Amino acid sequence: MVNASTPAGSESSRPAPSTPQQRLDTLPSMQQRTGSNARGGHDSGGLPKGEGSASDASQLPARKALVQDLNFFYGSFQALKNINLPVYDKRITALIGPSGCGKSTLLRCFNRMHDLYRDSRYEGRILLSPEGVNLIGPEMDPIAARLRVGMVFQKPNPFPKSIFENVAYGPRLRGMSKKSDLEAEVEKALRGAALWEETKDRLQSNAMKLSGGQQQRVCIARALATTPEVVLFDEPTSALDPIATQRIEELMRELCERMTIVVVTHNMHQASRVSHFTAFMYLGELVEFNPTSKVFQNPDKKLTEDYITGRFG
Amino acid sequence: MTQHSQGRQPSNDPSPASTGDAGATQPKSQSPPPAFAGRVAVSAGRRAFERIVESGMFLAAVSSVVLTVGIVAMLLWESIGFFREVSLGEFLTGTRWAPTFEPSSYGILPLLCGTLLTSAVGLTVAGLVGTTLAVWLSEYASYRVRETLKPILELLAAVPTVVYGYFALLFVTPLLQLVMPNLPGSTALSAGLVIGIMIVPYVASLTEDALRAVPNSLREASFAMGATRFHTAWRVVLPAAFSGVTSAFVLAVSRALGETMIVAIAAGMQPRLTFNPLEPAQTITAFIVQITGGDLPRGSTPYRAIFAAGLMLLMLTLVFNILGHWLRKKYREAY
Repeated sequence: MVNASTPAGSESSRPAPSTPQQRLDTLPSMQQRTGSNARGGHDSGGLPKGEGSASDASQLPARKALVQDLNFFYGSFQALKNINLPVYDKRITALIGPSGCGKSTLLRCFNRMHDLYRDSRYEGRILLSPEGVNLIGPEMDPIAARLRVGMVFQKPNPFPKSIFENVAYGPRLRGMSKKSDLEAEVEKALRGAALWEETKDRLQSNAMKLSGGQQQRVCIARALATTPEVVLFDEPTSALDPIATQRIEELMRELCERMTIVVVTHNMHQASRVSHFTAFMYLGELVEFNPTSKVFQNPDKKLTEDYITGRFG
Repeated sequence: MTQHSQGRQPSNDPSPASTGDAGATQPKSQSPPPAFAGRVAVSAGRRAFERIVESGMFLAAVSSVVLTVGIVAMLLWESIGFFREVSLGEFLTGTRWAPTFEPSSYGILPLLCGTLLTSAVGLTVAGLVGTTLAVWLSEYASYRVRETLKPILELLAAVPTVVYGYFALLFVTPLLQLVMPNLPGSTALSAGLVIGIMIVPYVASLTEDALRAVPNSLREASFAMGATRFHTAWRVVLPAAFSGVTSAFVLAVSRALGETMIVAIAAGMQPRLTFNPLEPAQTITAFIVQITGGDLPRGSTPYRAIFAAGLMLLMLTLVFNILGHWLRKKYREAY
């Protein structure tokens, strides 16, 4: 509702309406600390240095994933150029940028979706904490990566099966077959996706018959049922109406208490409302990575400011 | 800067365009009526053409209906004549089919048995091979392999069924006899197997089309959950394409039930009430071929039996078609 009523360009340099501000403030101490040390920590290349100092580590949340020197190629076309980006644990990281900047491409590197298509090539590393496995390394099984990193897509894409079967798909894949276990897991996931009350009486009806917003929450529940460590959201609300969008955003804020979220969005209000950190990408490069409040109030780079004030893109 | 140029363009553009329009129309004709009249003349001619095309297409549509009705009417007419001499009960429940022997007997069950038996063997083969092939082509094979293999596969459908018949009689049966030495020279099994081979291209091609029509977003959703290629194909893509796969099978059933040459050549013309595929059999179609090739007088009871048998076959295909239609409607998915 908010995003529909105010055009993106009007936000300009005086951004962040009071609500996102308040929401950010409610997060334990993050706002001030990251705000204060952001300049020192992020200026060079837009991310904290590999190890970081002891004080850095204590002030920033723990790191869940670290993108290092990532290059990605579609055939001979280089879609991502030397990306370095931390993803903080139990925080929401938004990837913003104009169409074709590579934000979805970057997102889909985390769960190796590019492996499904020919002529895709990764270089560099995406290290996943705690053990530091390289998600895009040749030794990493893409399926193992996807078992840990879930994904919610742009267009709601429930399977043409019942709501129950949609949500039970992941647990079944992981070998769960006892009906009572599955029922418990499905209920948990649907509650997690704020869909349980609406669907508990019709779990056997086809998920394709639900509304767009409900379908997207089925997809979120489906991703949650596998208890992923990281969930990727690829423009999760671009096909939804404002009210459904608001629900999904609220849901993302709830979910990030339990898991790490990376979200691609075209909607800068959404990024400012929802995320803790924002990465701005342009032409396959990471231009700026900073706490969201900093990106929207006082970005380091002129390009970032031009984009978020609607001068291009 | 960008705003300026954007603001200027709309205000500038219309004026040259409108002056250009005015300049173009003025020299042509001062008053609009002649141009208007011309347009009416053109559209009158077009309307006549349109009417001819439309009625031509309507005739084509009507002729197909008339033909179908005509065929059914002919079958019914001759069958009524048949059923005046042989009771419907005897026809449907009799277990001996011997129209040309004395005493003659008209129990359709042995023919029905043979038809269902060869079709069942054929559909099993075509279902297994065709579906597997379609899944492989759609979900595993690379674009180039698929685009090379599919036309070759469809070429297989162009082989005359007579050739398939002799292939069954002179190649498949001897091959089977290597494994089972007591096998007779013509069996329902070898005919059924070759019917299966014959309809594999139909099943594979249509099923592959149906699988391709499943949106990629569903595959991505499944893969993103950590599913393997096999799991995705089996649990997501195939069920999502169920209505299309059903269409493929309905066509396959019709082809198998109606197949004539293969069974006439390779199944052995012996009507038997058995579900053992290792024995010879005669199908409804093979019987019709046999009688048609003979010199039975028109209007005799065995001659009319052809039409009763044909009607039976029509009913059978109709039942499977209706079943397929119902399944397709029940499981249709809209994305």
